[in-house]
This record gives sequence, structure tokens and C-alpha cells, in this order.
Amino acid sequence: MQQSKHNGQAPSIRVTNLKKQFTLHNQGSIEIPVFESLNLEVAPGECVVFVGDSGIGKSTLMRTIYGNYLASGGCVEVQHDGAYVDITKASPHMVAAVRRRSMGYVSQFLRVIPRISTIDLVIEPLLGNGVDPEEAKSRAVSLLRSLRLPEALWSLPPATFSGGEQQRVNIARSFIREYPVLLLDEPTASLDATNRETVVALIKAALDKGAAMIGIFHDQDVRDAVATRHFDVSSFKMDMESAA
Amino acid sequence: MNAQANDAALTATSNSPERYYTYGYLDEQTKRMIRRAILKAVAIPGYQVPFGSREMPVPYGWGTGGIQLTAAIIGPDDVYKCIDQGADDTTNAVSIRRFFAKVADVATTEDTAEATIIQSRHRIPEHPLKDGQIMVFQVPQPEPLRGLEPREMETRAMHAYEEYGLQYVSLYENVSAFGRIAATAGYPVMVDERYLMSPSPIPKFDNPKLHNSHALMLFGAGREKRIYAIPPHTTVRSLDFEDYPFETQKWEESCALCAADDSYLDEVVLDDQGQRMFVCSDSHYCSDRRAQGFRGPMAGHELVDIDKGAGQ
Amino acid sequence: MTMTAHQETIDQADQPLLRVRNLSKHYGMITGCRDVSFEMRPGEVLGIVGESGSGKTTLLNCLSGRLPPSQGRVEFNASRHGLVDIYDLSEPDRRRMQREDWGFVHQNPRDGLRMRVSGGANVAEPLMNLGRRHYGDMRQASLDWLNRVELDLSRIDDKPRTYSGGMQQRVQIARNLIHAPRLVFMDEPTGGLDVSVQARLLDLMRELVRDLGLAAILVTHDMAVARLMADRLMVMKSGAVVETGLTDQVLDDPQHPYTQLLVSSVLQI
Repeated sequence: MQQSKHNGQAPSIRVTNLKKQFTLHNQGSIEIPVFESLNLEVAPGECVVFVGDSGIGKSTLMRTIYGNYLASGGCVEVQHDGAYVDITKASPHMVAAVRRRSMGYVSQFLRVIPRISTIDLVIEPLLGNGVDPEEAKSRAVSLLRSLRLPEALWSLPPATFSGGEQQRVNIARSFIREYPVLLLDEPTASLDATNRETVVALIKAALDKGAAMIGIFHDQDVRDAVATRHFDVSSFKMDMESAA
Repeated sequence: MNAQANDAALTATSNSPERYYTYGYLDEQTKRMIRRAILKAVAIPGYQVPFGSREMPVPYGWGTGGIQLTAAIIGPDDVYKCIDQGADDTTNAVSIRRFFAKVADVATTEDTAEATIIQSRHRIPEHPLKDGQIMVFQVPQPEPLRGLEPREMETRAMHAYEEYGLQYVSLYENVSAFGRIAATAGYPVMVDERYLMSPSPIPKFDNPKLHNSHALMLFGAGREKRIYAIPPHTTVRSLDFEDYPFETQKWEESCALCAADDSYLDEVVLDDQGQRMFVCSDSHYCSDRRAQGFRGPMAGHELVDIDKGAGQ
Repeated sequence: MTMTAHQETIDQADQPLLRVRNLSKHYGMITGCRDVSFEMRPGEVLGIVGESGSGKTTLLNCLSGRLPPSQGRVEFNASRHGLVDIYDLSEPDRRRMQREDWGFVHQNPRDGLRMRVSGGANVAEPLMNLGRRHYGDMRQASLDWLNRVELDLSRIDDKPRTYSGGMQQRVQIARNLIHAPRLVFMDEPTGGLDVSVQARLLDLMRELVRDLGLAAILVTHDMAVARLMADRLMVMKSGAVVETGLTDQVLDDPQHPYTQLLVSSVLQI
């Protein structure tokens, strides 16, 4: 396991007493419990890796932290512009601002936008933050090159790319900006060994600069390479009874 | 306008067959209604005043608006001139002139300077108008914005709030299609820098004559039931773009009969060999000049003689 | 996009551009929409979703000054007046604000274009409405915009009826953006178009909205369009807002039974 040199700083993410359950109204209003009483802190330079069996709620926890899923209770505070913002209660504008400037998210799947070329997709997060398009482009070029995405693909929309190619586009899109908080949901799932190493290097570089990360990795090698700490989601599993 | 004189005329000729009609053809209440509309129109230059247009003994489109205006303002001491496209001697002009000679017992004339009321379809005479004269225009479509905005509610609001950007769309279309503002007749004007107005289908050549005119200009649209006016000495500006200023038509030729180079010219095709001539559209202006001795290159042309024969 | 334009967007972000409070519209006994409240910031795209008859269009008409609500307030941060209830403004002031600060993209381009004048004149008209009187400048501006919406420039002087549906819609978008509005209303802007044209148009609108820092209210029944375009969603049912939130949150973790039904009804390819 890695050691962080940023220990002692205030946590970038502070999860307190978090609870999540799903209610499926159109299927007899059944309740699906996920986790409760969950506490977690992630400091700058830390990479906390979620562990636990598949289906235990690792992705759900990550999405709840990102504000993609709505928390059923508790709070998720994220450092944004020098203060904590509670993602579970902040206004949509605020959550959008946190995501734009402070918290990035790399999912397993690339959300393809019709007709948009790979390179434009990659630089989009920079343009959204007001970076000059030329500068954005040059950053994207070096990133795509280091990820060994064939140059012929750069001007094409990634809809028809292979899973591995799409994932590299996704990674480039997420690492082009140095988010202080980064959530990684299986970013290396369909990559070959060389590309996995590149991604590991990217993650390590970001950690060195003081990013706080949460990751889900199935790949043992990647996990060992980047994790500073493991976090077992299953220990917060909610019982069926307490959900009701 | 001449109510007492009208009454006098009524009794004086009450035995003649024309007196089965009220003086000036329209009944007195209708004339009062139209006069009220005229007063309002004069008070708000360029504003279209709705009025209760009556059935006239000619179809819509033959000058019913102009005839009603004339009928409402005419008195026995008026001298009446009526032109159609500048000519005193065309069917429509002759008929309307005879109509008022009959129903209003007025003297008629072809001389612009002599007339007190000049009813016109699509021209303003070349001879400068003077104080006390009244021009009466026959208007087919009073709403300059109608071609672009079919909703009356909307065009009324546009006038009320002075939202006239839309009118420039038609000028824009002209420039993009022809490289210049090619509209020739019914060219929109701003009256007193407030109301956008259609000057009726007069050629844009006549637009400058509306500006600061000595005469009162009355516009009547019978079918559309609107009256509007430009009082004497009112600012009238033809719309244009900064980079495409307003221009009037110009001709290389001068009048073939009277050699005038300052009047609005009609092109007349003489035969099927391609021969043509340009003559003054204002027939009285042209004959007046010829009487003064001006001679154009085709002054002795046979058509002119035919014209003279018909006139006598 | 320039740094300064974006900075401005961020600085103004704390002041609402539009604030709607307890808005209701009744047609006699029938409810068009009821008790709608929300706020919008500059540069934000708000999607209003719901099936037909859910009150989306009634709400849009109330918001855009075309239909006075039965109750409630629609406050807009107008460039000339500051934050005012648009229905408190006099009619000429309101019309001027609509001309200067707003755009409205109709589902059917025939409702938003003048079919009897050329595409170029349609695009230039808002400039003339704002008092511009230099033909050459306006011609250039409309060429620039038609270029931006990827219209074949040789067609600039043709009448819109000779255009395809997608071209008409692009002309309508150019016409509604040329005067740099602060807020654009879009009523199913890609509704009547086939999918490839729709994708191109959506991409174009995304780009324009981002580059201009434009705020937009987008009414649609298409969840895919909503996901692509909107920052935030408002879900309507029977005239009421049943759920609001960030677009991805509403679509990925819908809370209300109706939203869950709506999201699960989307066809997957």
C-alpha cells in the first residue's frame, strides 16, 4: 500500500452517517437497502479504494458522493473553494459548480455525444472552465498520445470505438483537468497492461499533486499500485428490516 | 367643411334630378362621421383612423375611399380636379370628376394650380401645391406592415409602440435581391418622426413632395375602412439604410412631347418593332408646357394628334 | 470562448436570472400548471420534461410573457429594469425586453420564421428590431450566423419554404441568437426532425449555449435530449412539478413514481 505525503491536512471529502436505499414505486414500492451509518474521510494525497463483493454498493456509494444518486440520510461534504459543501443538501447550481471545478468522476462507460469528435470531447471540461481552446487542444494531444490512442481516431466521434478506446477517451477527459477530488469507477476495466500502467502513472501524478481520490478497481495490480487505504463498504450494509 | 354652403346648394338646385341624392351623394350623418375621422387623422399625422366606410356606386378598388373623403369635404365653391396615374383624361378620372360635378355642383378643372381639391390615384401633380389645396389619395392598402405581418392586432401594437424594425425587412429583401432598394411605389415613410405610413401606391418619385407640403394630404381606404392624413408643413421621411440612402427614380430621357426633364415619365410602347417613347405621366403638366412652347423630339407625333382629337 | 466572458458568467452566478414563484394557470376549471416555483442562473440550461398534456407548454408560455398566469410571479433580471415581474411591466416595456433579452425557438419553424422573406432577412430582423440601420453590417452578421449554424450560404436569399425542416430549424435558431439574448426558450426544438439532423442540431445548440454563456429553458418529452442539453431538470405531471434536480441525478436516481416510470419507459438502442 502507498503512503501519502500529504497526511495531516484537512480531509477533502468527509462522509458522515450516510444512508442510501432505493424505492421502486412502480414495482410495488419495494425498498432496496444499500448502506447506512457510513463514515469516511479522504485527505489530499490519499487514494481510498472501495472493496467488497460485487453488488455490495461500491458504485452506489461513489455515485452518492458525486451527487448522481440522492442520499437517503447523512451528509457528504466536499472541499470547494476553501470551504465544505454538503453535496446532499446543496442547490443544484452549487453541485454543478463543485463538479465543474472541484470534483471529477471517471465512470466505466463513456457517455458519447453524437457528432462530437474525440478531441473536442476531451477538451470540453477545460472549455467549460474557460481555458483557451488552443491550449486545451495541446494538452489533449499530449494526453491522448500518452494513452496511445491512434491519432487517426482523434477527429472521429467515439461512438464506434472499441471498449478500450472509449475508456481511454474517458480517462483523457477526466485527467485533462486537475480536479482536487477525483472519483474513479473502474477506469482500467477494459485496458491492456501497457495502458493500465499509463493510467496508474496518471493517478500517481495526481496524488503527488495532492488530489484526494476514491477508486473502485477490480484489477489487483492497479489496486496495489495506487491504493493508500482500503475501505470495506460491506461493513455498513443495511438490513432489510432497518430499511423498512 | 362647407356645411352652410352645402345647405344653400341643396335648396338652390332642389328641383334637379341629382337632388334625389343628398348634396355630395353621402347623407349628412355619414359626412359628419367622415369629417370627424379626418379631424382626428389631421391631429395625429400618419395615424390610421378607422371609419364607417359606405357602399359607393363604384366597386371597391375604384377609389371608394377617395370619393368618400371628397364627398365629405367638398362644397359648391370648390374647384375639383381628378387624376388617375397623373392623367386627367382616363376613364376613371373622367367618371369621378363628372360624378362630383353632378352631385356637388362644383366647377372642375385639369389645372393643378386652379384646383382646391385634387383627388388622385397614384400620383402627386408635378406643379407645386400651395396653401389651401387638399390632395385626396385613393388607397388600396393603408397598412405598410401588412405584407410582412398579417395580424391586425400585431400591426396596431407595432404602431402604438413605434416598433418599426419589421418595415426594414422589406428594404433588406430589396437590397439583397437587387443590390439596391428597388421598391418603386408605395414606398414607406415616417410621418412627423412618429407614425410609419404607406403613401398609397404613388411612385417614390413623389415621396419628397409629401415632405413639408403646403397642401393638406388626405388618404382614404374604402375597403379597408381607414382614413389618415399629413397636415401641411409636416416632416415626411422616406425609410432607408445608412449605407443605402433613399433615392428617387431618374430617367436618361426627357419627355418626348414637352422635353421636361424634371417630371415622372411613363414609357409608352409605340409598335411591335420596339419603338417606344417616354412622356410625362402628369398630362396637365405636359400640355401646359407644350402650350408654353416647349417641344420634345416627338412633339408632332400622330399619337399626340389622336390625343388632341379625343380631348376636343 | 474567452476567459472574460466566462468569468462574467461565474460572477453573476449568484444573482438569479429568472425567479418564478407559485405560478399557476387555470383555464376555467382546467388546470394548465399549478404552484410552480424555481430559480435560474445565467448560463444555465433548465430542461422541463413530462409527457404531452403535463403542462409544459402552458408553463413555457407563462414564463415567456405570452400567457398571463392566474396566480404567481415571473421575475426576470431584465437588462433595462433589473429583477422585475414581467407582467408588472407595461406592454411596450415587456415587448422591448422580449426583443432585447429573449429568444424563442418554436417546435415548428413555421411558427418562428417569416416564411415570406428570405432566410437572411429572417436572421437579420432582430437586429433591425433593435434599431440597427446599416444594411452591410446586418448582412455580414446574418452571414456569420448562418455560417455558425452550418447553413449553405448560397441559400441565404432563398425563402425558408424551400429549405428542409432541419435547415429551417437552424435558421430559426440563428434568428433567435443573433441579438445575443440572455435567455432563450425552446419548445421541443428538435421535435419534428429525423435523428441524424436532430443529433447535429443538438450538438450545435450545446456548443452555442456554452460559448455564449446563454441561459435556456428547454421543453422536451425526449429524455435523451434532456440529458444531452440540460444542466437541471424539472419533471412535470398534471400541471405540477413532481421532481427537480441535476439532470443526471433525476435520470439516474429518480425519486418520484412518475419520474421512475418516465425514465424506465425510454427505449434503449
